[in-house]
Amino acid sequence: MIEVRGLCFAYDDVEVLHNIDLRISDGEFVAVMGENGAGKTTLIKHFNGLLKPSRGEVLIDGVSTRESTVANLSRVVGLVFQNPDHQLFSETVFEEVAFSLRNLGYPEETVRRRVRFILETLDLGGYAEESPLMLSGGERKRVALASVLVSEPKHIILDEPTIGQDYQQKERLRNFIVQMNSQGRTVVIVTHDVEFVVDCKPRVVLLSRGSILADGPYDSILSDRILVEKASLIPPQISILMSSLAGLGFNPKIIDLYQARSALEKRLCEYVSEHV
Amino acid sequence: MSLNMFEGFKFKRKDTLLHRMDPRPKFLIALTIFLLSLIYVNVLVLLILLTVQVPLVYASKSMRRWFGSMRGGTILAAMIFFMNFLTGSTLVFSATMTLRFLVLVSAFSIFFMTTSPDDLGLALERIGLPYTLSFTFTTSVRLVPTIAIEAQTIVDAQRSRGLELDRGSVIERVRKYIPILIPLIVSAIRRSTELAEALESRGFGAVKHREPLATLRMKRSDWAAAITTTLVLVAGVYVQNTMPIPSFDTGIRIPLPWGP
Repeated sequence: MIEVRGLCFAYDDVEVLHNIDLRISDGEFVAVMGENGAGKTTLIKHFNGLLKPSRGEVLIDGVSTRESTVANLSRVVGLVFQNPDHQLFSETVFEEVAFSLRNLGYPEETVRRRVRFILETLDLGGYAEESPLMLSGGERKRVALASVLVSEPKHIILDEPTIGQDYQQKERLRNFIVQMNSQGRTVVIVTHDVEFVVDCKPRVVLLSRGSILADGPYDSILSDRILVEKASLIPPQISILMSSLAGLGFNPKIIDLYQARSALEKRLCEYVSEHV
Repeated sequence: MSLNMFEGFKFKRKDTLLHRMDPRPKFLIALTIFLLSLIYVNVLVLLILLTVQVPLVYASKSMRRWFGSMRGGTILAAMIFFMNFLTGSTLVFSATMTLRFLVLVSAFSIFFMTTSPDDLGLALERIGLPYTLSFTFTTSVRLVPTIAIEAQTIVDAQRSRGLELDRGSVIERVRKYIPILIPLIVSAIRRSTELAEALESRGFGAVKHREPLATLRMKRSDWAAAITTTLVLVAGVYVQNTMPIPSFDTGIRIPLPWGP
């Protein structure tokens, strides 16, 4: 479990997180959303001890991050950074992905097996011997993801995982994340991508100016236009459509594509039976 | 790796005597301190060179950031001290070399903290450097804090993958910096390539002769600072060549099997 109690954090004298209280249970799927500079990345950097609270505390599986090193926490918390260029350095994709496993002292046979599996899963099998620095932006992003997910941490934290990914890769990534989550791993994503969040159906924690603005199921948060606008996000397209049809009796809280389709189908059938 | 050191090399606009001073006499002051620290291998002189800079820092209202740069420099300073002392140099000589490094860090920290990159570019053009080169130099200066932030992010990213920079022997620790340095260099090259393309796309270099909007003009106080600094430099060189200065070297050193 990730437990945040009264977390305050200041860069120099400027407080950027104010009294955050948050509990993320094992196996939960959480999306942290909010405007630029809301404190999302600062918050998740507390989850593996990169940042230590100015006040309050962060507990990972009951252990305070103050009492553990980042290296130790990296065994249970995998944090994937937003920009892949901030971590790629090896000669080959294989070596890059194997880096964290070797740091954590895994036997070479396990390293090889796990690296091959993750490369295939993320559609990188054909690049194993290529230089990661020569790949396209989207491919580099997937190598960065693979290099953290390969150690199969219990809690996975992803900072803006969908940036630079085309639709198919996003779908592949979503399936992979959902699969990891269904295996009991906690997944926390930081994102502005509302459509991706709607597809993933997580619990949403909305941050604004360093405080939690809202916390709840994705559909109730993202269909609340006032909340969404406060966090400088745009509502999902389905939500915009259903809101614009609210005058015709449609539920503006519908956010899911399939719910919207069945509502439209139902209304269409009613219309046809009445008028035809 | 702390970002504080780089904060001490970043310009912040303030209304102080040093900030208002023309960059040329300011550079002359930094250069004079640099040259004097090189020609004197004397702990007392270097201590004086470091001490005289404190009032300058105070006058520039940048004491906190200056301390940051000095604190950041202490790791390298400590390395210089121990490398000298452990390889047979005397205690005083090792301290002298360490002080020399701190004097240099301090002098250029004051210069960069109080000189805007725009003024620096104008000054470089006034001394005859082509615009493209002065632009390259000032852009590099501007990018230092950005690259420092990037370096910190890279360290964070690698630590998140289990890299422990502060464990292992000296050689192991040095090797552990490879995952930091390669992304930093690659990112800097990518950034500079993109910057160059963006600049060219916006017409950089289209005009051969540029007429600067602002020009530098030396005020009386600037001339006074420049002349005083030159006199100090000349006097320093003269004293070094003609007068004996006590070295204070007590000869304390670690006995090595192969001798000093």
